[in-house]
Amino acid sequence: MEEQYQVMPGPEAFLPPSAASMGIVLPDPGQAHIEGRLVDEEEAYEYAARKLLAAKVPTLFPGPLVLWRWNDKAAKKAAAIRKLANALPARLIPMADYRPKYPKINPAVEINPNHPNLTIWYNKIDVCIFIGVHCHQANLALKIIRGGTDCYTMAMCAQAGHEDACLSFRDADPAKIEKLTAAVEKLKSEGVKSEAEDFDQFVTAREG
Amino acid sequence: MSKEKIAICEDLADIMPPEYHDMVENATFGNQDRSWKDIGSSKELIEQHSLCAGCPESIAFRFIMSSIPNPEDSVFVGSTGCTSLVFPHVGIHNIHSLFGNQNAVASGLKRALAVRFPDRIKDVFVLAGDGATVDIGLDMTMQSWFRQEKFTTICFDNELYANTGGQESGLMQRGFVAKMAPKGKNFDKVRLPEIAFEAGCHYVAILTVSKPNRVEQAIRRATYVAREFGPTYIQLYTPCILEIGKQSMEGLDEMKDSESIGGRFVMRELMTDEVKAFLKEKEAEDKARRKKAKTVTA
Ligand SMILES: Cc1ncc(C[n+]2csc(CCOP(=O)(O)OP(=O)(O)O)c2C)c(N)n1
Ligand code: SF4
Ligand SMILES: [Mg+2]
Repeated sequence: MEEQYQVMPGPEAFLPPSAASMGIVLPDPGQAHIEGRLVDEEEAYEYAARKLLAAKVPTLFPGPLVLWRWNDKAAKKAAAIRKLANALPARLIPMADYRPKYPKINPAVEINPNHPNLTIWYNKIDVCIFIGVHCHQANLALKIIRGGTDCYTMAMCAQAGHEDACLSFRDADPAKIEKLTAAVEKLKSEGVKSEAEDFDQFVTAREG
Repeated sequence: MSKEKIAICEDLADIMPPEYHDMVENATFGNQDRSWKDIGSSKELIEQHSLCAGCPESIAFRFIMSSIPNPEDSVFVGSTGCTSLVFPHVGIHNIHSLFGNQNAVASGLKRALAVRFPDRIKDVFVLAGDGATVDIGLDMTMQSWFRQEKFTTICFDNELYANTGGQESGLMQRGFVAKMAPKGKNFDKVRLPEIAFEAGCHYVAILTVSKPNRVEQAIRRATYVAREFGPTYIQLYTPCILEIGKQSMEGLDEMKDSESIGGRFVMRELMTDEVKAFLKEKEAEDKARRKKAKTVTA
């Protein structure tokens, strides 16, 4: 039997194959996937927490579904994301909308699905997690990142999960984000240290 | 979407680029008297555009976006062509349709919105080039007028197919030679404004985008009339400076020349007496409201 494809950090190719076309399937409820391997969701929390803690530049990419206050649930997710960022610590770089932003995007302070590699390269991000990005845009961005960078990608997806991330949760809600934070805190209490380089959480300023 | 939803989650507000704060705090959403005069001092709903520098289509976009009375409850329907390059950048709901299908898509959309939101005013605008409106999409354009669909069709008339390098269009002038139409056009510019009026449009305007107040007036009139009566049509001259060999700064002069006495874009409006009376009343009402608001603030 052929060996199962693994969804690993790239750079894989200018156009990496979609993980689905390589036989990777989405997790069922209660599951997650790690590099394409279906696992019990509980296993993924600890794995994701370790990855984030071991990273030099761990980064959370909150998308429009959690940056904009569509409803109370969005606000709760935003609060949970902030807690996760503080617990790690991790940088927060927003994906406020999906405009291509030609002729210029500022990769230091934002990311968009059309050029996510620029933000990853510029900030030397080695581990990231998408939260609150619409699926079709997340798929596009995840594939571009796998294609051109060596960043380990994760997705906290509110729907069925993402094959094109190296690790993906599904059915995300505030409680699941908090569970990831709890996993981080538990590892820290056991002596696992954050390897993150010093950074200042960027508060963005209008450029000329 | 309602403007109440255009708010940022507090816990992540400090990482949002300031342009978004600017939009939430200063955009003219919800202000029924918003106008082209807000351009520059408030969020314009358009950050950048990917058209040629100085392209009058970009000017038209800015004037249209600042003139529509109800941006938070408006949807643009676009079609392939230079205009469609702007759609990904605008802060207004928009749908891109297959080249030529824009008025069919807008018909379905407008009807669906009327069913889904019976108590809310939802404005639909088609924004498409002359090729999409008058040639390849003419069937869809006219059928929507025959059917009396209640939305506004705005044609960006640059008198050729710009996006594909300069082919002949129905709105091109007789005799004009374009890069990909070397023999020159053999017949006259289609008189679409007159055709639109005959086909059932209740308000029709043809003009350039050299004067923002005129564009604003036409857009507002077309919007109000579309809500109450039925289809409306606006044809804007937005010359393709690239195709006619002009510099970035010369689009304005080109438009001014074309609207001077005897020019083909002297501003014209066509409407029925009933619509004329309706607009007179509506505009008097608006004026009175603005005057009252001014005295209250003073
Ligand atoms: C169904 C279909 N037919 C043809 C095309 C090729 N096409 C793309 S843009 C264009 C012309 C656009 O001209 P116009 O509508 O006048 O817009 P402009 O670019 O001048 O603003 C054509 C023919 C297409 N994209 N789709
Ligand atoms: S090709 Fe012509 S119409 Fe298209 S963006 Fe350039 S100047 Fe404008
Ligand atoms: Mg054209």
